[in-house]
Amino acid sequence: MASEVQAEQLIAADWGGGAFPYRVGHRKLGMWLFIVSDSLTFSALLIGYSYVRASSDNWPTPFPFWPSIIFSSIMTLCLLSSSLTMVMAVKASARGDKAGVRRWILGTILGGASFIVLHLIEWNHLIDEGLRPFALPSEWAQRWPGASPLFGATFFAITGLHMFHVFTGLIYLASVAAMVKRLKHEDVEISGLYWHFVDLVWMFVFPMIYLLSVDFRG
Amino acid sequence: MSAHMEEQPHDEGTTRLFVSVWVWLLALTGLEVFLGYVHFDLKMKLVILLGLSIVKAALIMAYFMHLRFERLSLILTLVPAMVVCICLLFIFFPDSFRSSSLRYPHTNSPQTTGVNP
Repeated sequence: MASEVQAEQLIAADWGGGAFPYRVGHRKLGMWLFIVSDSLTFSALLIGYSYVRASSDNWPTPFPFWPSIIFSSIMTLCLLSSSLTMVMAVKASARGDKAGVRRWILGTILGGASFIVLHLIEWNHLIDEGLRPFALPSEWAQRWPGASPLFGATFFAITGLHMFHVFTGLIYLASVAAMVKRLKHEDVEISGLYWHFVDLVWMFVFPMIYLLSVDFRG
Repeated sequence: MSAHMEEQPHDEGTTRLFVSVWVWLLALTGLEVFLGYVHFDLKMKLVILLGLSIVKAALIMAYFMHLRFERLSLILTLVPAMVVCICLLFIFFPDSFRSSSLRYPHTNSPQTTGVNP
């Protein structure tokens, strides 16, 4: 009996209203829910890509060590390092060091911006070769007979949506850095959550798009 | 247990911890790139690379996104829902194997559609 009463009290304390059952503010919970829904968007795209690849007779594996794999590895390094600087920004914010937050966020923006620049060079290279969303370059079609022309569609859609997330993340972080004096610690933490999520998505895009399509010849 | 429970101080983790997580993430990425260049069965490669990616994602969520320092109730609300929803998407895969076996056998004649000359 006593334990039942205790359990009821515990539930009432947490879920009876007026309390924070998750011990996070509503904004942080909102960002977490957005991250869950966005992770489903990316999973759907990656699973759609796997579906197309599994149901195709042939699939191009066109990424040479130089420049594609080197570039995408450096891009991974950029994102991972920018996540680390973002963690440092949140730590500075916990100490109340606003100038430190600004410096670390600028470092994060630098990492994200270099990611986008390298990615655009990579895109430009592939478009120059003749890759289009629904067409393969003619050399690729000869080298991988029967290859699905949807290679470009999956590549541009997935990496494009990810790049768009990085881009919006940069705008988000820039506004946080600009307004940091008026923001609470939790707001900086929330922008960090978004940035780490963008990093996390790349951890799946990089092996699935690039590493499973490496060109062993180059 | 009172309704006004004491706010637990957030254990933020030390710089040393975060740097070592970063080093682990880089090392796992290096391992993935290396495995990308080893010749073996593509399905096995997919499983291994995705397994390593899930480890990396877990490290990012636990430490960088502070999930390890949050309340268990938040983790139990977010993570299982996400995992179950993602796994539900796998229901499409049997169809992808079916549609590849329905196709006309591929001939060696040059491809005319979907090629950019």
